[in-house]
Amino acid sequence: MNDMTKFDRFVGLNETKISAQGVNVFYGDTHAVKDVSVEIAERAVTAFIGPSGCGKSTFLRCLNRMNDTIDGARVEGQIHLDGEDIYDPKVDPVQLRAKVGMVFQKPNPFPKSIYDNVAYGPRIHGLARNKADLDEIVEKSLRRAAIWDEVKDRLDAPGTGLSGGQQQRLCIARAVATEPEVLLMDEPCSALDPIATAQVEELIDELKRNVSVVIVTHSMQQAARVSQKTAFFHLGTLVEYGDTGQIFTNPKDPRTEAYITGRIG
Amino acid sequence: MTDTSSAPNTPPRHGTGAAVQASLARRRRKQIALQACGIGAISIAFLMLFILVASLVSSGYQAFTQTHVTLDVFVDPEEVREERLPRGGFDDVLAASLARMLPDVDTSDRATLRQVERILSNGAQFALRDMVVADPSLIGQTIEITVPVSDPYDQLNKGLIDRETPEENRRLKDEEIAYFDALKESGAISKPFNFGLFTNADSRFPELAGLKGALVGSFWALLTCFVISFPLGIGAAIYLEEFAPKNRVSDFIEVNINNLAAVPSVVFGLLALSVFIGWFGLPRSAPFVGGLTLALMTMPTIIIATRAALKSVPPSIREAALGLGASRQQVVFQHVLPLAMPGILTGTIIGLAQALGETAPLLLIGMNAFITSAASSPFDSATALPTQIFIWADSPERGFVSRTSAAILVLLGFLVTMNAIAIFLRQRFERKW
Repeated sequence: MNDMTKFDRFVGLNETKISAQGVNVFYGDTHAVKDVSVEIAERAVTAFIGPSGCGKSTFLRCLNRMNDTIDGARVEGQIHLDGEDIYDPKVDPVQLRAKVGMVFQKPNPFPKSIYDNVAYGPRIHGLARNKADLDEIVEKSLRRAAIWDEVKDRLDAPGTGLSGGQQQRLCIARAVATEPEVLLMDEPCSALDPIATAQVEELIDELKRNVSVVIVTHSMQQAARVSQKTAFFHLGTLVEYGDTGQIFTNPKDPRTEAYITGRIG
Repeated sequence: MTDTSSAPNTPPRHGTGAAVQASLARRRRKQIALQACGIGAISIAFLMLFILVASLVSSGYQAFTQTHVTLDVFVDPEEVREERLPRGGFDDVLAASLARMLPDVDTSDRATLRQVERILSNGAQFALRDMVVADPSLIGQTIEITVPVSDPYDQLNKGLIDRETPEENRRLKDEEIAYFDALKESGAISKPFNFGLFTNADSRFPELAGLKGALVGSFWALLTCFVISFPLGIGAAIYLEEFAPKNRVSDFIEVNINNLAAVPSVVFGLLALSVFIGWFGLPRSAPFVGGLTLALMTMPTIIIATRAALKSVPPSIREAALGLGASRQQVVFQHVLPLAMPGILTGTIIGLAQALGETAPLLLIGMNAFITSAASSPFDSATALPTQIFIWADSPERGFVSRTSAAILVLLGFLVTMNAIAIFLRQRFERKW
């Protein structure tokens, strides 16, 4: 896997998928994200790192307008997905979220069957014409999330009955079932044990073939392992953004260096 | 408290140990005292409950049986003529038949016959009349009929009239007691389960009075209450919890809903009286109006319970659905509401149980009227269980004393059943997150 990421780094990165310009986020009077501008590459893994409360999760949630659902949250600035402003009044957040999927910190399968969990997104968006279609989407999604072999015999079992790592992969399957172009992951491994973490990381590596992945993580090792680009956030500002290799070996900003060597955070 | 950071005034380690030891004993004593208080409180509560139920049962169990007399009635064609039905001397027929069963009764003396007739409930002649009207061929035949005895004889049979009391202070004369004893001797007296308590409507005569009218009235009122307060309460709660912007207006509404839940029920009764009956001109004493009034009272309970249930659905489920591109309405109706349903139902059942026991507002809208037939629609006059208890408790006849307690036991039975259903739902469907 490491060889693979190195190879990607040398190959250089694809074109921009999401471009954020001067994004500010306020929760009531709190200025949570301060003037962040970032370009997220297509079909690559971008990691957001930084100490707790630095605004990286908040910024991530701007990318699929999840902050809209929080009372008192206000987003300023411009975010373009494929050149289209996602905060344009004409854009329906529901449609946007079908395109920009999200995986959360704590595995949160619906208290329904495994099948229904994965089928929910395609159902509400009308992606399947019939039952056979839906079966196919569910199987494909579960395979992409590397959980098919573990659950294929018990698709009717409740998703909440799986282990933590399986639940998180189920959530990833659920997210990829709507064929998103971008997948946002908010500390997807923080509630998982090391083996489950390794499985999810492997999965992320697979996913980036056709999806742009943005991952927020507390683990610098994880960022180094899975990402091609890394952004370091501190106190609401984007301190440094660049190729992962460069951030971890040759940071330009002293604060980045202090963080990755464990002096702040 | 490591050595490197030791301040000069840090007590030595063994000293700390002793201090902890001393405080441990004190803390343990406090713990024991607290537990003792708790057990004491629970014991007192149980004792009170026991006294309540025991006193109700001891005074009410007699009402679950009713003394009946079985007699062979010769339907005398002289007294009952087919062409005059349904009128006829049914009371005289019964009195004559009863007198023939007794020794030493002068059947030609009308005063004695009247006295004998009073053994039977006033309803007996109507029961006989109904039989004969339904089948006029019975005229001229001798038929066996079992009818309730009147209240004083029922009391006598149940041992509630003391035979040692001087005759002038007793409701039954020695002679009358002798009649009854003779009937009992001949095996004509029986004391079966009092089905009339559930199948009869209210009556002036305790031996005929039953709860059917009240049960039907309460059923209609609760049905109306449920049909109105359940959808409105859930709708209001969903809007307030999931869609309303959090601002001063919604805060104000929330405070007022909580206040509404605490408004004394008699106030709702007055409101219903002036609005539903006064302005809308709805019928007085109707269970429909009672149900509307109870719905006003139940709605805040349902709203509060529903909001609590909605709130207890973890935000991660909402985020998951929103993150997949579900609209807010889809999140609420496909995920949050189904998960909150057990809590909502529990709150609703408890609210309805409260409504079932509510008396004051029903008194104000006239549901304490004396009504001798069960309502066939929610717009007919009716009583409800608690108001029926109120009426009976107010009645002077001795027979109503035990019936009041029996009615309270029936009401408590319904309340316990409803609460048991609520607990069952909670246990069965509650989800641990």
